[in-house]
Amino acid sequence: MAKVLVVTSGKGGVGKTTSTAALGAALAQRGEKVVVVDFDVGLRNLDLILGAERRVVFDLINVVQGVAKLSQALIRDKRLENLWLLPASQTRDKDALTDEGVRSIIADLRTKFDWILCDSPAGIERGATLAMRYADEAVIVTNPEVSSVRDSDRIIGMLDSKTVKAESGERVEKHVLITRYDSGRAARGEMLSIEDILEILATPLLGIIPESQDVLRASNVGSPVTLNNAASAPARAYIDAARRLMGETVEMMVPTERKGLMDRLLGRRAA
Amino acid sequence: MMSLLRLLSGRTASAPVARERLQILLAHERGLRGQPDLLGLLRSEILAVVSRHVVLDPDKVIVRMDRGKNVSTLEVDIEVPNAVERPMAMAAT
Repeated sequence: MAKVLVVTSGKGGVGKTTSTAALGAALAQRGEKVVVVDFDVGLRNLDLILGAERRVVFDLINVVQGVAKLSQALIRDKRLENLWLLPASQTRDKDALTDEGVRSIIADLRTKFDWILCDSPAGIERGATLAMRYADEAVIVTNPEVSSVRDSDRIIGMLDSKTVKAESGERVEKHVLITRYDSGRAARGEMLSIEDILEILATPLLGIIPESQDVLRASNVGSPVTLNNAASAPARAYIDAARRLMGETVEMMVPTERKGLMDRLLGRRAA
Repeated sequence: MMSLLRLLSGRTASAPVARERLQILLAHERGLRGQPDLLGLLRSEILAVVSRHVVLDPDKVIVRMDRGKNVSTLEVDIEVPNAVERPMAMAAT
């Protein structure tokens, strides 16, 4: 049965689009049929991260407004035949996306895919609420930093009240994905630790993505980090997270690039 | 171990401060969530009461709350135009 998963955060710049692309590619690599949907109307970027920016002809709004058929707007990834993109529109009209339009598209996508990953815009306005509206599951992308954790808490509150699942007395299954984590700094007390964040947000952990230069390198060339360098630390962390989404039990660890002096001193394990 | 490292580096750990600030803030914000907007409610009721007797510009009614550690203050600032009474209030006298 198809699963609708929203990748959200409240705060901008924490890695929603990077995570949507990386998780989508990792799921597709494992044989799942995946569509990633960009809900950031006016500021689309998922196409760029996936390297499909020059292949966009129709978009989400065109489909909502009946200008194009869903099949015309879907873009198939050139590397992974199981991965598809539904790009956002660049219109400035924020009301172009309607609740009914989103409901109908999601219902249609459910019949065609195993996973529907909705890349939410930042903020708590219309775009963000519509991206989460029909979700079964949510990945809350959080940086180990006070403003990101606060905004995640706010988004968790919205997932528990403003979604169709919540309104019908069910629950959206929520997972926290911690990105840009530096275990050395956390060990030195310079950064909120995983335990701190999980205790504050009281939400289960999906994965820990270490701070890494590989993320920027992958976005520079328009390839999800899980595809661009599957052996890199962030890619391994995303692949583990994708396996957990599929229901596998995978031991939680922070993959590291090399075992530095500080890691040795603190006895941290390298993956 | 952590304190030893801290001594060596000559810095104090800031993460515990971050955690404590977040815990206090979020406890407060979660309490407010889902409740009616208290300030908005106060403002509209104050506006309704005062405008029964005086003609008011609704935009000139400002209600502000400052939260302190032990006491909070509620500040109500209403700008009343000079010498304008409502005909109804005149009739009642």
